[in-house]
Amino acid sequence: MSDLNKLTIAGARDALRKGETTAVDLTMACLTAIDAGDALNAFVHKTPEIALEQARAADARLKAGDAPAMCGVPLGIKDLFCTKGVPSQAASGILEGFRPEYESTVTTKLFEAGAVMLGKLNMDEFAMGSSNETSVYGNAVNPWKVDDRQLTPGGSSGGSAAAVAADLCLAATGTDTGGSIRQPAAFTGIVGIKPTYGRVSRWGVVAFASSLDQAGPMTKTVRDAAIMLQAMAGEDPKDSTSAAVPVPDFEAALTGDIRGKTIGIPREYRMDGMPAEIEALWQKGAEMLKDAGAKIVDISLPHTKYALPAYYVIAPAEASSNLARYDGVRYGHRAKLEAGDGITEMYEKSRAEGFGHEVQRRVMIGTYVLSAGFYDAYYNRARKVRALIKRDFDEVFAQGVDCILTPATPSAAFGLGEMADADPVQMYLNDVFTVTVNLAGLPGISVPAGLDAKGLPLGLQLIGRPWEEGDLLNHAHVLEQAAGFVSKPSKWW
Amino acid sequence: MSIDIETARRVAHLARIRVEEADLPALAGELSGILTFMEQLNEVNVDGVEPMTSVTPMRLKRRADVVTDGNMQDKILSNAPDAREGFFAVPKVVE
Repeated sequence: MSDLNKLTIAGARDALRKGETTAVDLTMACLTAIDAGDALNAFVHKTPEIALEQARAADARLKAGDAPAMCGVPLGIKDLFCTKGVPSQAASGILEGFRPEYESTVTTKLFEAGAVMLGKLNMDEFAMGSSNETSVYGNAVNPWKVDDRQLTPGGSSGGSAAAVAADLCLAATGTDTGGSIRQPAAFTGIVGIKPTYGRVSRWGVVAFASSLDQAGPMTKTVRDAAIMLQAMAGEDPKDSTSAAVPVPDFEAALTGDIRGKTIGIPREYRMDGMPAEIEALWQKGAEMLKDAGAKIVDISLPHTKYALPAYYVIAPAEASSNLARYDGVRYGHRAKLEAGDGITEMYEKSRAEGFGHEVQRRVMIGTYVLSAGFYDAYYNRARKVRALIKRDFDEVFAQGVDCILTPATPSAAFGLGEMADADPVQMYLNDVFTVTVNLAGLPGISVPAGLDAKGLPLGLQLIGRPWEEGDLLNHAHVLEQAAGFVSKPSKWW
Repeated sequence: MSIDIETARRVAHLARIRVEEADLPALAGELSGILTFMEQLNEVNVDGVEPMTSVTPMRLKRRADVVTDGNMQDKILSNAPDAREGFFAVPKVVE
């Protein structure tokens, strides 16, 4: 078989089980593609020795007939996941040289299922960014290209998105706090699902905003997302927020039948200045679901407008608390001290040197909104608005809506560096369609649905009821089949 | 709400991030811009709304208060920038 790295998870699983290929061959094909893909700056720590060892073990399991679906499937792992003995630095200078003594629950589960780790993937520093431009490793680059410009793969899971879209791996892990799986998936023409909060363990994932963070798969197809999410999900005694909810068979949920389902179209997502192409794609998506037998209804989510400002209070507040641990004492970077410097200077210098600009800014905003005298005015108010945003969703689901269809992003991928002089709030607007989902703790999926006039991928987002990832994936599967998105970036790297 | 230079200096110190004197005006400007954006939240009527504390209506799990782990001093110190004789080493903190 040629071009093994271009396989889907489902394709690889079937080929491996039939003995048409081996995990070692599959892994070698990906390692070759990774070495040829350095221009994308997606893989920032390569782990070929681990990959080949895991691939050999997977081949032995396959031979013995003991092979779960992910057995022998080569993956990229976002740098936010702690992987034992392998650099895991959340794309930050402050974790330079950090090699965890433990393995995150998600990677443990994937490895127990026989998956192969090819290496660690680029991302925005501490997952704070929408363009992968805040990484200590430098920008990840979108494999899609339509002119001289290099485009962003989105963020924060930009390396994951670029690697999957460029066939450097079969799939990758991502994490999503405000849109960090779905926005890069849309920018690169792949599938990304953020599960219900509590579906996937956060243990061993470097924390950004603990009430919003969820890990999920980034894959080439909806079926692959179902297969990989299955392996990642489940209750974990090490994460007290992981839920004791049974994990159903997500792939079995892909029946392709959505007759009689109700799809909500939220009017508040029709934003001023939204490109006509995105508006048209959204319409088309609704028609596809209607043609498949679903009922389309207009719905209202009245507090949508306040989701971004609420998010940019809550997420930095939690980040300022979570990132307090980077103090130059237990791990990571410690500044060189001058004579007479005490512990406060050590903290202040280590954090100034180790954190990048965007991270510093968010930690300081978080510190401010939590400080005495401002806690009620900002933080508590934002948490009240968050309750209202969640109530909006609860109400439409109570009215019988099964899924909500929205655009995934307000634009296609933009050029790297193009936002450099924009004020930070302009960059935050990238999350406008995705951030509500994190605030409400719901599952959301981005599905590639078409190309814009320049030839860049655009995605649609489906939002599901809590714990109904199976139903959500089935809707996404129908949309994927109807949209028939098969375009791939042409190889320039 | 506009952040002045003095407030920016105080926030940087609370966050334990050194910011050079010359960079404080720009920082104050950036923080002010972000806070202005957040001020839209004042338009929302939140009377009688409880602040959201948990996404799913579940009680945080509890476990027995027993030691389940330990005896891994080497592993805990393995990533420390300065570890000596089984301890994390820091500049002098008591006079």
